[in-house]
Amino acid sequence: MKPEVIIIGGSAGAFDSILSILNNLDKNINTSIVIVLHRLKNTTSSFESILQRNTHYSVKEVEDKEEMKKGFIYTAPADYHLLLEEDRSFSLDVSELVNFSRPSIDVTFESFSAILKEKCCGILLSGSNHDGASGLKIMAENNGKTIIQDCNEAVYRMMPLAAKNICDKHKELTTQNIINILNNECS
Amino acid sequence: MITLNELDELLFTIKKQFDYDFRDYSKASMLRRIHRFMDINNMKSGVDLKFELINNPTIFQNFINEIVVNVSEFFRDPSFFKSLQEKVFPYLDSYPKINIWSAGCSFGEETYSLNILLKENKLFPKTRIYATDISSNAIERSKKGIYDNTNFKDYTKNYYECGGKESLNNYFVSDERHSMIQSELKQNILFSNHNLVADSVFKECQLILCRNVLIYFNSNLQNKALELFYQSLPVHGFLAIGKKESLRFSSVYENFKEVDREEKIYQKIK
Repeated sequence: MKPEVIIIGGSAGAFDSILSILNNLDKNINTSIVIVLHRLKNTTSSFESILQRNTHYSVKEVEDKEEMKKGFIYTAPADYHLLLEEDRSFSLDVSELVNFSRPSIDVTFESFSAILKEKCCGILLSGSNHDGASGLKIMAENNGKTIIQDCNEAVYRMMPLAAKNICDKHKELTTQNIINILNNECS
Repeated sequence: MITLNELDELLFTIKKQFDYDFRDYSKASMLRRIHRFMDINNMKSGVDLKFELINNPTIFQNFINEIVVNVSEFFRDPSFFKSLQEKVFPYLDSYPKINIWSAGCSFGEETYSLNILLKENKLFPKTRIYATDISSNAIERSKKGIYDNTNFKDYTKNYYECGGKESLNNYFVSDERHSMIQSELKQNILFSNHNLVADSVFKECQLILCRNVLIYFNSNLQNKALELFYQSLPVHGFLAIGKKESLRFSSVYENFKEVDREEKIYQKIK
C-alpha cells in the first residue's frame, strides 16, 4: 500500500543519508515527508536551507496545527516533539524529553502510527542512542512499512541496531536501496 | 493503551462527572499524556483508567496534574527575551502602571524569568503580574518558587544570552539541591487558578505572555483563547506566543501587527 507519509528519523551520522535520499527521490512521489533529526536548541541552523538545495520538494519547518500536505518535506523544529492529529494537522508539544531528546523520534513514530496505521512508512537511520526503536516497533505492529539503515553502512549503528534487536519485521537496507524502494513503492 | 474513540468517550465522562472540559484539547497530545499516566500508574486498559478516575478522587487529581503539561525552564528561547526587552519594554515604560498576564504559567519559570528582566530594566516597581494556570498544583508550586539545581547551568547560559546583567544566582537562595526565588521577586505577582477554556477576561493587561500553551489546544480552542487575549489587551498592547505557534488561523489575526515575526511578538492595532 502506498503510504500517506514517509517519516525519516535520524541522529548522529544521518545527515548525509537524508540528503542523498532527498536528492534521489522521484519527482512524482505523491506523499508527505517528515524528517525528525536530533539537533541543538537555541542555535540558528541552516538545516532547512541545506535540505531545500537538495530537493525539488518544498521544505518547511512545522508550525503548530499546520495542515500536512502532499509534496512537502516537513522538519520537526528543535526543542519540540512532533505529533499528528486525526485531521492530518501537526501538533507540537514541549513535554519531557524522551530518550534525552526533543524532538524524539519515538514520539513522532508512535503518534503518526496511531492515526495512520498501515498508511505510514518509517525509516530509521544512523544514530548513537536508542531513540526510534520502540516507535518503529509500534509502527510495524500497526502494519506500517518500516525500514532501518543497514547497520554496516550506518556511521553510528546503535540506533538501527536497537530497532532490529527488539523487532524482526523491519527491512534493513542501504541508503541506495532505501531510495529504490521509495521510488518503486511510493510513486 | 486506549484508542481515539475511547479517548473521546473518556473526555466526555470527565466533562460530565468533574466539569473539566478537555474535549477541545489537542487529541494527539492528550493521547500521549494519558498513555504516560497509564504507564506510570500501571493501568492496562481504558476500562481500568475510567474505573479509577471515577472511584478514586486522589487518582483524579493526579490525573489532572499529569495530563496538563507543566514542563518549563528559565529563559526558554533567549532570543525571545532579548527581543522582548528591546522592542516591548521601552513601550511599556511609557505607562505609569503596567499590568502583565502570564497565562499558563506552569511552575513559574517563565513568569520569574520575565520578572528578573523587569527588575534589571527598572520596570519592576510599577509592574503587577497576574500569573494563571488551570492546574492548582502548578499554582502552588509557582508560589513556592523552589527549583531543582540540576538545570541551572543551562538557565545561566540562557540568562546571559538574553542579555542578563547580573549573576543569576543573585536572584535565588540556594542549598546543595534546590534554589528558591528571592521573596522580593514574588511580591508583585498574583498567582491564581484560571481556565482559558471556561473563564473570562479579568483584567486589562498591556502585555500577555502565553508561550507554548496554545499548542495543547485544537484550532477551535486556540481561537477562543486568542479572542480572550484580544479582549484583555488595550489597543497597542502586546501579545507573545510560542515560537512555533501562529495567529494565522485566528479570527483576531487582522487586529494585530507583527512586532517580531521570528519571536512571535504581536501588537494589537485595532
